[in-house]
Formats: sequence, C-alpha cells, structure tokens
Amino acid sequence: MIEVRNLTKRYGDKQAVNDISFKVEKGEILGFLGPNGAGKSTTMNMLTGYISSTSGQILINGVDILEDPIKAKSNIGYLPEIPPLYVDMTVDAYLGFMYDLKKCKLPRKAHLKEICDLCKITNVRGRLIRNLSKGYKQRVGLAQALINNPPVLILDEPTVGLDPNQIIEIRTLIKKLGKNHTVILSSHILPEIQAVCDRIIIINKGVVAADGTADEIAAKITNEHKMTLRIEGSTHTAEDKKAIVAALKQLDGIKYVRADMEREKGVYDYDVESEEKVDIRRAINQLCREKGWNILMLQLSDLTLEDIFLKITMGDAIPAGAEKAEKPAKDKPKFDLNVKDGALVATEVEEETKEDLEENLPADRSFEDEDKKEGGEE
Amino acid sequence: MGAIYRREMGAFFTSGVAYVFLTVFTLLSGIFFFFGVITSGTTETSPLFSSMFIVVLFLIPILTMKLLSEEKKNRTDQGLLTAPIGLWSIVLGKYFAALTLYIIAESVIFIYSLILAYLGDVVWPSLLGNYFAMLFLGAAFIAVGLFISSLTENQMAAAVASMLALFVLYLFDSLASNVSIDFIRKIMLSFSFYSRYLEFTRGVFDLTGVIFFISVAFIFNFLTVRILDKRRWG
Repeated sequence: MIEVRNLTKRYGDKQAVNDISFKVEKGEILGFLGPNGAGKSTTMNMLTGYISSTSGQILINGVDILEDPIKAKSNIGYLPEIPPLYVDMTVDAYLGFMYDLKKCKLPRKAHLKEICDLCKITNVRGRLIRNLSKGYKQRVGLAQALINNPPVLILDEPTVGLDPNQIIEIRTLIKKLGKNHTVILSSHILPEIQAVCDRIIIINKGVVAADGTADEIAAKITNEHKMTLRIEGSTHTAEDKKAIVAALKQLDGIKYVRADMEREKGVYDYDVESEEKVDIRRAINQLCREKGWNILMLQLSDLTLEDIFLKITMGDAIPAGAEKAEKPAKDKPKFDLNVKDGALVATEVEEETKEDLEENLPADRSFEDEDKKEGGEE
Repeated sequence: MGAIYRREMGAFFTSGVAYVFLTVFTLLSGIFFFFGVITSGTTETSPLFSSMFIVVLFLIPILTMKLLSEEKKNRTDQGLLTAPIGLWSIVLGKYFAALTLYIIAESVIFIYSLILAYLGDVVWPSLLGNYFAMLFLGAAFIAVGLFISSLTENQMAAAVASMLALFVLYLFDSLASNVSIDFIRKIMLSFSFYSRYLEFTRGVFDLTGVIFFISVAFIFNFLTVRILDKRRWG
C-alpha cells in the first residue's frame, strides 16, 4: 500500500531524515514513535507530498508521489500536526470546500453527513471554526482527512492537546478507521501507540531505530534482568540509601543501580539491572541478611515500551542486538523519567544533583508524582 | 481551481477586505470623476483614468496581501499542497478571485459613463479603451501582489512590499529620464507601466501594451508557482 525506499531529507547540513525504508500493508495501523525532532513530521510531510525528499522513493498504492503527485495525493487523507483549518469559515463551508478541492465524486450530502457523524461534529456544523474548542478543531481536521474516503490515512499527532476523554474517543475512532483504511499515525505518546497500532516504527535522529510489533521490538532488546527492590535500611535515613546503593553495586553481575523515590518513610526503591543470565536475587537476599536490611518488595520488571523507547532513543542499546552494552554503571542512564499528561518526558539529570534533589524532596511530593504517573497512563 | 476561487471570493467578503476595497475604490474614483470630469464640463474621461493608476497601485496590495501569506502563517497551505490539485490551480484560483473583485469595483465606471452619456456625447471607443487598459493594468498588478504575498508570512509586510514594488514601477519613467546611458534608459522605459497605461488614456488602443500587461501577469503567476514549488524543496 505504502512503500518507502531509502528516504532522505537534508536541510542544508542538517540531516532530518536519513535513509528510511519501510512498507505498510493494506489495513495496517502503523505507529511512528520518536522524541520531538526525530523526523516524524518530516517523514509524514514527504509521504503526503507537502515537501519533497532529497533522495529516495515513496510509492502510494504503487504511484510515485514525485512522478504523479496528483494521483498519489488522491489516495491520501492527511491530518497535519496543525490542522489546516480556515478559521473564518463554518465547519460546513470548510468541509464543502475540501470536498470540492479533493474533487470528490461521492454523493455530497450523504458523504459529508456520514463523516460528520463519524467524527461527532454534526452538532457544530453551522459554527465558525474560529469559535470551536481545540478538541472540535482536531476532529474537524480529521473529518477533512476522511473526505473522499482515501485508502491511506496519515495522522500527525492526532491527539495532541486533547483532554483524556477526547483522546480516548479519537483513539477509538482511529481503531475503527483502521478496519477500512491503511493508517500511519505519529506520536510521542507511548500508551497511545501501544493502544492503537498493530506495528511500531521507532524513529530517532532521522533513522529507523526499530520496526515491528511492541513484543517483537521488546524481544530484540530485552537481554537483561531488571527488577525493582524496596529495601528497608537500619537507620531510616538517606544514609541508608547511599549505603545500600554502594553495597548493591559491589555484587557480581550487577550492571546498574539507581535509587528511586522514597515509598515509605525512610524506605526507598531501587532499580537494579543485572547481566544476562545472572540471577542476583539470592545474592541480594544474602547481602541484606548480612547487613541487617529487610527486603520489603522484589519485583521483576518486564521491559515496557517506555523502557524500549528510552533505550533506543537515548542510544543506550542498539536494537539489532549485535552490540551488548558493557559500559560501567556510572554511564548508565542519567534520565529522570516522568509521565506527564500521558506523554513521556525524559530529562537528563546529573546523577549527584538528582540524589540531592530527592533527599530534599518533601515526603508528600513523591505521592503527588505517583498520582501523576497513574493519571497519565490512564 | 474552482474550489479555491470560490473560497477566496467568500473570504474576501467575510474578512471585510472586499468592503474596504470596494468602498475606497468607489469613493476615490467618484472624487476623480466629479472633479476631473464633471466640474471641467467635459465628457473626456482621461483625467479620471490617469488618476486611477495611483489609486489602483495602492488598493491592489490590499486585495492580494493575504492570499498566500495567510495560508503559510496558518499552515492551511498544508491542506492545499497535499490535496490532489496542481500548483497552477492554487495560484490561478486565487489570482482570478482577486481579479474578479477588481472587475466588480471597476464596473462602477460604467455608471459614470451612463451619467456622462446623459449629460453629453461620450466618445465610446476611447472610454472603452481606457476601461480595458485599466483592467489589464489591474491584472498585471494583482499578479505582482500575489507573488509578493507568496514570499512572506506577514500580510502587512506583503501589503507594504507590494505597494513599494508597484510604486517603483510607477516611478520608472522619471527614474529613466535621469539615466544618461541611452541603452539602459530604453530598457527601463520599455518596462514602464505608467507610460504604457497613459497611451490608452490618450485614446490610443495599444495592442503591445495589452500584450505587455498580460505577459507581466503570466510571468508573475509563473514565479509564484515556482516559489510554492521551491518551498517544497527547501
């Protein structure tokens, strides 16, 4: 349905998209995932013929977008990051304009009514787009993309700026559309991609960093044991934390230790990662018995899509699996991972400063963060 | 092209640009008609038309300023450029919308000629010649304004730049007379919009003038298409 071969886009010296190739089959929902500035929008703009590629080829339904742009474009419905709405028009007038612009031959009234019902904008058809809320504008943008029933839908961050209810509605709608259309969807919101897409392409710094279903991608790079520990020290102070981290780091086969939030009074969580095929659970137990610490929780964590995303986009692992990271623990990720409004926010933090910060954190602050996390992931 | 033409015509009226344009055009042409023609006690319309050059020069940028700059600013160009239509359809749709509004404004001059016909004898060939000269002048100016609108995201910048550009074209004659090199002066004069336009007001229907204005319109529309195309390769 869509075939992209060695697609490259350069802006002067800057390589925005570098040699991307992929195929999307009919009826597939493909998710483009990547941090801001990874080249998602640039790729989508090339797919839809808004900008041209520096080199490479794009085939939409077998038609090259540069050779026969009009025919190729007639197969695409596009919702750009900012919906292309004329705010001085009513919804009805605007959709009528897009209907004419796309030279749609379907019965006008019935077709527009069907789309408005599908996107739930029937009740605002007579209103000026200027006066609509962000959510409605987004839906009008989506409606516009659906006109002429194009076999390919390309949606650039369709849920940005919407409230949680609207996000769920739009996702449900996209899933529904995926039954009859080939959909490419971009997002930097992980749960969204996971919820909607059959297949995921992770783009980072203009290249395809991973391609496959969430499970396939996970299988490729999950070669480590990772767990979360909750250990109670003897003094119930931050001193414990330092001692525990230091002791854990001394264990054989440990790759990475990081202290997490204070979960109970004076008790901290620790993210621990070990080398492949090394079971460190017994060693940790042994250690704690010797030191007189109590393990309150031990939870093996599977790699979530978030972990994968972070690993790939932060250059922590190469998904092809060829290179095994053998960096010392100090070089391990120094990122503060937070989920904010359903979007993943990764900030680089100096390890030491971070620890200091955590120590100075008021006790209730951690609960607040917890709430946010849960809320964000719905 | 039809869809874009209809949308732009609608936008002219919803945004109020059409009303401003039509009002100012009618007002100024009325003043020139009254003081240049009626009070002189003549049916000779040339003073009206020669004065209208400068009015058109300042009014047309108001028509064209938004046409492409706003699209770029609001990112609505993404909708147009990803729709299954060619660049020429986009440019010409907008061009003809502006031209239509200009023709509507110009038609007020027919009312003046009816008034004149009531008061005395009108030399119709001369009047019609003038009328068409003004039409072709507008056609060329709109293409220039549309081109400048494609260069910026700011509609005020587009308007000011268009006025300046058209004003420089207007000054070409006096600039040329100060150029001592014969060769360059001739080239400059051959690009003079004003002297070509004045030919018509003298009652001469100059076919080369018509061809000149139409060529300018074509060239600038072509350049606008190139600009839109070039942006995709940026």
